[in-house]
Amino acid sequence: MTAEFWIIQTFNGLSYGALLFLLASGLSLIFGVMRIVNLAHGSYFMLGGYVGLSVVWRTGSFAAAVLVGALAIALIGIAMERLFLRRLSGQVLGQVLMTIGFALIFQDAALLIWGGDPYTIPVPGPLRGVLRAGALSFPTYRAFIVVVAAVVATLLWLALDRTRVGARIRAAVDDAEMAQGVGINVPLLSLAVFALGAFLAAMGGVIGGAFLGVYPGADFEVLPYAFVVVIVGGLGSLPGAMVGSLLVGLLDNFGKALFPELSYFTLFAPMALILALRPTGLFGRA
Amino acid sequence: MTRRALVLLTLAALLTGLGAALSAPSAARAQAGPIKVGLLAPLTGAASALGRDMVNGTELYLDEIGRQVAGRKIELIIEDTEGNTQTALTKARKLVDQDRVHILTGGLLASTGYALHPFVDAQKIPTTYPVMSSDDLTQRKPAKWVVRTGWNSSQSMHVLGDWIYKNTKYRKIATIGADYAFGWESVGGFQKTFEENGGQIIQKIWAPLNTNDFSPFLAQVKRDADAVFAVFFGKLALQFVKQYEDAGLKARVPLLSNGTTVDESVLPQMGDEALGTISALHYSAALDNPVNQKFAKAFEAKAGKVPSYYAETCYTNARWIVEAIKAVGGKVEDRETFLAALRKVDLKDFPRGPVKIDAWGNPVQNIYIRKVEKVSGKLQNTVVATFPAVSQFWKYNPEEFLKMPLYTRDYPPCKYC
Amino acid sequence: MSRRVAGVGLIVLLAAAVAPVLPAYPLTLLTQAFIVAILAMSLDVLLGYTGLPSLGHAAYFGVAAYAVAILATERQAGFATCLVVGIVAAAVTAAAFGLIAIRAAGTYFLMITLALGMVVWGLAFRWVSLTKGDNGISGVPRPELGLPWSLWGPLPFFYFSLVTAVLAWVLMGLLVVSPFGMSLKGIRESESRMRILGYNVWLHKYLSFVISGTFAGLAGVLWAYYNGFVSPVDVQLVTSVETLLMVALGGPGTLAGPAVGAALIVFLKNFVSVYTKRWLLILGAVYIGVILFAPRGLAGAFRGQRH
Repeated sequence: MTAEFWIIQTFNGLSYGALLFLLASGLSLIFGVMRIVNLAHGSYFMLGGYVGLSVVWRTGSFAAAVLVGALAIALIGIAMERLFLRRLSGQVLGQVLMTIGFALIFQDAALLIWGGDPYTIPVPGPLRGVLRAGALSFPTYRAFIVVVAAVVATLLWLALDRTRVGARIRAAVDDAEMAQGVGINVPLLSLAVFALGAFLAAMGGVIGGAFLGVYPGADFEVLPYAFVVVIVGGLGSLPGAMVGSLLVGLLDNFGKALFPELSYFTLFAPMALILALRPTGLFGRA
Repeated sequence: MTRRALVLLTLAALLTGLGAALSAPSAARAQAGPIKVGLLAPLTGAASALGRDMVNGTELYLDEIGRQVAGRKIELIIEDTEGNTQTALTKARKLVDQDRVHILTGGLLASTGYALHPFVDAQKIPTTYPVMSSDDLTQRKPAKWVVRTGWNSSQSMHVLGDWIYKNTKYRKIATIGADYAFGWESVGGFQKTFEENGGQIIQKIWAPLNTNDFSPFLAQVKRDADAVFAVFFGKLALQFVKQYEDAGLKARVPLLSNGTTVDESVLPQMGDEALGTISALHYSAALDNPVNQKFAKAFEAKAGKVPSYYAETCYTNARWIVEAIKAVGGKVEDRETFLAALRKVDLKDFPRGPVKIDAWGNPVQNIYIRKVEKVSGKLQNTVVATFPAVSQFWKYNPEEFLKMPLYTRDYPPCKYC
Repeated sequence: MSRRVAGVGLIVLLAAAVAPVLPAYPLTLLTQAFIVAILAMSLDVLLGYTGLPSLGHAAYFGVAAYAVAILATERQAGFATCLVVGIVAAAVTAAAFGLIAIRAAGTYFLMITLALGMVVWGLAFRWVSLTKGDNGISGVPRPELGLPWSLWGPLPFFYFSLVTAVLAWVLMGLLVVSPFGMSLKGIRESESRMRILGYNVWLHKYLSFVISGTFAGLAGVLWAYYNGFVSPVDVQLVTSVETLLMVALGGPGTLAGPAVGAALIVFLKNFVSVYTKRWLLILGAVYIGVILFAPRGLAGAFRGQRH
């Protein structure tokens, strides 16, 4: 194992983690505020990719694809929360089952609309190719994902930490009842957080769709990863989602490279260990 | 009697009633009725695009003959396998027990083939495998009632390993393949003939089937490899070829692959990253014989896309079945005779070229060496060499060949790794 | 309770009576329904009676199925060995996972069981030298019980599954009405009260978790024999999710309800898919409808009507 191997693998792990962050940060916030285990979250990722694909085909613009894909799925998220999930508020199991129902419907709807062929989303010229540093080469697009994730993370952190809305969200994560008691409109806040979560996941879907592809089955393929991130990082914690994504990205990458036979074990077993020591995850509070 | 017990009772009655309803029309109308063909294909789930090609290919041929042969109608019954073997088994039972199909066909995964073998042999139901390619289905574990009308994994790879050594300067090759039977057998076949010529496989990397980020594997490719040989299919192929270029490898190390990696089921969705890839298969949509030209045009008209090998193999499979039905004068109820007829079909004019069946139930057919090129703006697999009448045993003596173990992850062993 | 017993008795008798005249295909579906019913009932012990919703129940089911498949194909092990090792393997897995999972409750429990289920899936998928990975293990022979009927036939295997399912139902039924089962219900209603009353809540939950996993193992043993084939599909997330749906559909906390839920889903899947490719869409809509309009499952809905 050369130094080059470690550098490249670390970069790959980080960039995969960056993509996971886009997917999982929303899941974590939704979870924190609403205590919903959203099994349709992977579907947002997949649907975002498909909508983005259609937009690229029509307009040729990657930026438009990201924006429209994310917004369209945010609307779907709003409808799901407002019309369905809210009726079951407080029923953990009922909500989980309902999100499963939606996941199945989304899966089939995507098949109906876009067919089953796998596609990749074409990216603009400047993002193609490789960056070279000495003997090392890194795909430009992966560096781009890292930058996007860093920007999103910073914005989220500023929003949560420095704005009134952010303070309300944090209050709701800590104790929704108490927050409601002091006059915070928790239902509206929940709706906003749910929409934001769907928005981020779909954005991840479009951006990820350019190098992972857009295909049926992507929904349930990424979902466990998002869950592991959230579990490791701690529910409802933004720093948790950041650390969790990077950890999972790196573990997954090195697990596959170094212990191919046990690769998923090397991902899930440390998670079980963290849970055994800290049941609420690294940054979560009980 | 309480309401609840009543309800439960109704439910029970309903369930069994459904069961009875399922049993449907039966053997009574045998001879005069339609000939029923049961097709297993993945219509939902990750492999649904392949399933659609299978259905379209089959229907295309049946429609060409007006769904009628030897004075009897042909009824095609399609069942969704969801791309998993457990469901495929249940659906196979449904097709045979309830629909009473005269012939069973289709299936995607190797494991489905192995799981179906004991079932069809016990049911004595003539069966064809147009897609499932696992070597041992017609080598060490053949089934009496199964005729393979498609191909086997290592068949075209024996040819490619040999051709690459004799026609290129590549001497050290790294392989990367999907980590399951199909990948192992394709890599194994390539390795055997390539190394027997004097080449060296210097690395064997296996990527799990649910990989979407190939970077941990691509980063391992040895620097001294002259070329990389890849075995993937469907979305894995799409991602792999793209990420191979993204990682900057394409510029340094040429890509060779098995047939499915650049098959027309994914090629149209690829970009220039696929250009130049050399592969081998028993088909290419770009074959310029008149039968294929006609087929490709008709398929595009029906499905709106270039035919993949899945489409061709199911089209050919449908014709194969129909030819056998003709040969027995429509008397498919005489299963032994019908089975014998299925094994005897020997025609020159399939889209893929001439095909006949060997003693183990596998096709002997042309293998094409193909190269991805761009012709009038579209990617295609241009045929650069043709090897006629290739058997699953290549140039080896079948008895000797069968003494060798099945190609797996570790066989042939990697001597130069 | 006694009425429910009568209801179940009727279903079972009816199924047993019509089985010989049923064609092979409905019979195999019915067999499948009885096997999956054991799995659904086992989850009900945990969900319905203890209040712990698990999203990783396929793990124990799958571990047992793999144990049987490996032993039966590579060691040619007989039925008794396979049965015992399969069930013990499931129990041991549940005992290990329970140590981690029982510390959590509610949503956390859901997520942790999901993740633990993924550990087993990961091993099934990647530990190729043991599990053959995605190829799965085929050629699991049906067991020889020394009976006059070979279990290779659909009818004997149906009766075999039916008897096992009834046995499992009786055992689990006795468990949930026992003092232990009563305290489980107490925990479901109010953990703190049970704690104050001096119950060892953790131990009760843990035992319930292990027992539930053990019965899931029994279903897994039958499943391996039924298909003659085991693959990662049997331990994947979707299988766990489906099990949870069966319980919710039938009505948690009734045992018989989840069993009926299991049968309904088996038939629904195989039926709807005959008529339309869009069966996933329909299934998803059915789930959402049931949750909205019959939140306590079918059993709950019917019970509600009576009042």
